[in-house]
Amino acid sequence: MAFASFNIKARLIGYVLVVQEFTYLCAQTVAGLVRPPWYIRETVLQLDRIGVGSLFIVVLTGLFTGMVLALQGAVQLEPYGATIYVSSLISTSVVRELGPVLAALMIAGRVGTGIASEIASMQVTEQIDALRAEGTDPIQKLAATRLAACLLMIPILTIITNTIAILGGWLVARLYLAIDSYFYWTWAFEALHGHDLVLGLVKPVVFAFIIAMVGCYAGFYTSGGTVGVGLSTTRSMVSSSILILMSDFFITKLFMAYSW
Amino acid sequence: MVNDATPSMITLEHVWLTLGDRLILKDVSLDVQPGETLVILGGSGSGKTTILRLILGLYRADRGSIRIEGQEISRLAERELFQIRQEMAMVFQNAALFDSLTVRENVGYRLWEHGRLLSDEQIEQTVEESLNFVGLEDTLEKMPAELSGGMRKRVGIARALASGAKVLLYDEPTAGLDPINTCMVSRLIRKLKTKGVTQVVVTHDLETAYHVADHIVMIIKGRVLFDGTPDEIKNSSDPAIREFLDPGSMPSEWRPQPKADEGVVRQQADLL
Repeated sequence: MAFASFNIKARLIGYVLVVQEFTYLCAQTVAGLVRPPWYIRETVLQLDRIGVGSLFIVVLTGLFTGMVLALQGAVQLEPYGATIYVSSLISTSVVRELGPVLAALMIAGRVGTGIASEIASMQVTEQIDALRAEGTDPIQKLAATRLAACLLMIPILTIITNTIAILGGWLVARLYLAIDSYFYWTWAFEALHGHDLVLGLVKPVVFAFIIAMVGCYAGFYTSGGTVGVGLSTTRSMVSSSILILMSDFFITKLFMAYSW
Repeated sequence: MVNDATPSMITLEHVWLTLGDRLILKDVSLDVQPGETLVILGGSGSGKTTILRLILGLYRADRGSIRIEGQEISRLAERELFQIRQEMAMVFQNAALFDSLTVRENVGYRLWEHGRLLSDEQIEQTVEESLNFVGLEDTLEKMPAELSGGMRKRVGIARALASGAKVLLYDEPTAGLDPINTCMVSRLIRKLKTKGVTQVVVTHDLETAYHVADHIVMIIKGRVLFDGTPDEIKNSSDPAIREFLDPGSMPSEWRPQPKADEGVVRQQADLL
């Protein structure tokens, strides 16, 4: 009994410690965005890796999401003779929810784990210590540059995902549902309001922060050699996916309270 | 030992350090004069590398004082430590070269990163001279993954040299190297002595230690057991030092006594 309570206490202390370390890393990284030195070359490299490198997967994600939404939406709307409104369903669900969340999950899988494994490998091979020994702040050099790149590129990638998804829906609407393009695009845009677009842009910024910081945290706090690198990569993927889904709910709830 | 006129380059006074729940260093004091080469000897896990990390400010001591050129560093913030570290360079045990950079970029890293006073041509020249010094001038455009262990270590030394640091710290510079590379690294360290660089070498390789040291400190289980010259340690009669220097010559009463079962097995093995 005493052992069990000790174990619970130790676990709780462990969780508090993780939150403390994570908060500290986030604060240092955000400070690193605004104070010099700025590593422009490293940031451009990350913009390319995160942005251009993820383009293909977000295009595919968007395309097939839009196409499947059109197919499923049409099945649901047909009994009411409302198939023509399928584009409203696609545009609102994609811009408000599916575009940001699916793009973020795909990017977390590709970019977040990449950040975690790269920094974790540097940690276990003493390269992080070597950076510090060379007089370079590793948080500024590695974390701030990756956060900046994520904050810039993930909203852009989300806009691309949304656009491609609506285009994918149009393809299915034209080819399988015989909906006129004029009606498709009219109802797609009619259904969207200003707050949808704001919501569709706020979410990717929050998700970008989660992906970058969870990846960096998992990387910097790695121990245990190559096994530790694998564990950090997995932890980064699982934690960022859960945090993305949880924060999605709370952001939506917050916006609903103020906008609808 | 401390000279009032010119402060010691590195001073540790009564330093204690705990990592996790392990007490790593117990009341460690040592002093390194400018231009001196100090060798820290000791077995694996005795706390030698930890001392280098404390000098660099990568770890913080629980108690005690650490001074670099008279400046107390144990209470400095990380950003203030970056300034102190500009005067020091470390050769890591596994070289710790940056995987994503070429040998040229690794060696010139600090100069490109912080050396605003040097032109690109001057940096290139320093990089080439440093690689020339370690005999690796033809590896400029190679990636660290393309180099052997010995070459990586020498590139690590070239990186430290190119930084123009006043203090060089070596963590097991000859560990895992073949005799030729070991000899080459020892010679490099001796060559740097003539340039007036202050050096701290952590090793358990006695030949390298005797070859390069002005002064030897021996650490056993986190405590300083010996502090003196190479000749003094060679002539020491302290059983623990003799055990480390020449394990084969230990008197039988100093050797760890085998358990009863082990004794039987050993006798059988001797018979075979």
